[in-house]
Amino acid sequence: MSALRLALWGWLGLAVALPLGIVVALSVGTGAEGVPPVRWPWEEGASLDAWRLMAEDDVVLLALWRSLVVAGTTAGLCVALAFPMALGLLRAAPRWRPLLLALVLLPFLSGFLLRVAAWIGLLRDSGWINALLIAAGLIEEPLRLLGTDLALYLGMVHAYLPFALLPLLAWFAKRDTRLEEAAADLGAGPFTVFRTVTLPLAWPAAAGAFLLVFIPAAGEFVIPELLGPPDAMLAGRAIWSEFFGTRDWPFAGALATALLLVLLIPILAQQRSGLK
Amino acid sequence: MRRFTPWMLAAGLIFLWAPILLLVGYAFSGSRTAFQWGGFSLRWFAALAENERLLEAAFLSLRIAAGSATLATLVGGGIGWVLARHGRFRGRAIFGALAGAPLVLPEVVMGLALLLLFVGLNALTGWPEGRGAATVFLAHAALGAAYVAVVVQARLSALDPRLEEAAADLGATPGVVFRTVTLPLIAPSLAAGWMLAFVLSLDDVVLASFVSGPGGTTLPMWLFSQLRLGLSPEANALAAVMLGAVALTGLLGWAAWRRKWAGPNEMRGRVA
Repeated sequence: MSALRLALWGWLGLAVALPLGIVVALSVGTGAEGVPPVRWPWEEGASLDAWRLMAEDDVVLLALWRSLVVAGTTAGLCVALAFPMALGLLRAAPRWRPLLLALVLLPFLSGFLLRVAAWIGLLRDSGWINALLIAAGLIEEPLRLLGTDLALYLGMVHAYLPFALLPLLAWFAKRDTRLEEAAADLGAGPFTVFRTVTLPLAWPAAAGAFLLVFIPAAGEFVIPELLGPPDAMLAGRAIWSEFFGTRDWPFAGALATALLLVLLIPILAQQRSGLK
Repeated sequence: MRRFTPWMLAAGLIFLWAPILLLVGYAFSGSRTAFQWGGFSLRWFAALAENERLLEAAFLSLRIAAGSATLATLVGGGIGWVLARHGRFRGRAIFGALAGAPLVLPEVVMGLALLLLFVGLNALTGWPEGRGAATVFLAHAALGAAYVAVVVQARLSALDPRLEEAAADLGATPGVVFRTVTLPLIAPSLAAGWMLAFVLSLDDVVLASFVSGPGGTTLPMWLFSQLRLGLSPEANALAAVMLGAVALTGLLGWAAWRRKWAGPNEMRGRVA
């Protein structure tokens, strides 16, 4: 029995704890020429240079802040869309539910990059939307849609919707509908029932769904890179470019640690809420 | 509200499906320009089949996905078992936090962390010598195990412990109880966890980009580099092929699940 547990402790230590520890160690290392381009703190002593540099770098601080704004907006939009979708699905006739559920889930198994590709196809200058608008005579020059905040949010909501949809569906499926029926019997209109019964009861589930989108969205790299404004820095992109582009590894380590520290509060809140 | 939610569901489904269907439909167009229907053509599928770099990347991705999902199922199954059945052992909170951490870590952070692990291990032990398919395989297993653990733990916690107790009372040794009672009961969740880890691996571009090296270009890495340059008709054709494969697998899985675990009556009124 304990042999299994010991082996799994070893796995978790090696695959999770140690790598994260090395990231933190990297953030207090010093940059150097060579491969890898870093002097580790146990080689030359710890240094807070990368942290100091980051604290003075307005571009990077703005990137961190913008990441939280983008993640918050995405999470809000996802919950706002997923909430009525989940209710609609559960109110559909029972024999349609499996089909509707499959229709809701299938796009998310079709490949994340391909869904991003689909938005490129829709939004680029020679894409479907521009071609349609030109053919309709509404515009003459193609609108710039790809590489804007609009494209960024369309892609983000499209990619993260299931993270909000699944917990809400699970929650709505086991809720007690008699409470709503009772409110309706006592004379409440449909909107009053929703506002005074459905919404307050669903509040914890909605908050859990919000966090499930917010946490991964805050570090998202691919969608901002392919759909978003080319010059807009976000945390994920900043880490990537410091690591691969500038090859300033300690700075990338400090950024990653800072992102983790910022996300620690929502992560702990999510684990406490127990919604997975 | 009652008339509002069906409309929102319909709008949401259109939002989800319209881009994908356009992409797939366009894969069958002979023309290279968008919106201009160039007549029905399979030329992009033919181009796909002749693109050797893409085929190589696709086979590598499938191998990595199958292998890492298998390792993830073994490890994650063990973690889920320990979390559900070992009670309050010392360090359980830390064990649980480490097991769940990959679920909430941003991809870039996890990719960076695992790359640094491989670099560090190489400096200390000389292994892994270079980065490539093997390091991607290990990184995906580390991610997948966390997902399998959640699925298996949830299933084990929901199981009636009296089933196992009854088998033990009737004289079965722990090994026999596990093999004849527990394992068959958690098999569906192990299969679901394997599928989840497989899909995650097949979908991942960030972890792979960090920990990969020469000879380790996966399909998502290939596609990502293509998309950075712009959309190609080959990418459309690839989307059509992958969506078809996913739909087929989903359909077969659903049919098998229905036949084995639920009669039509049981399906009624249940959602998932």
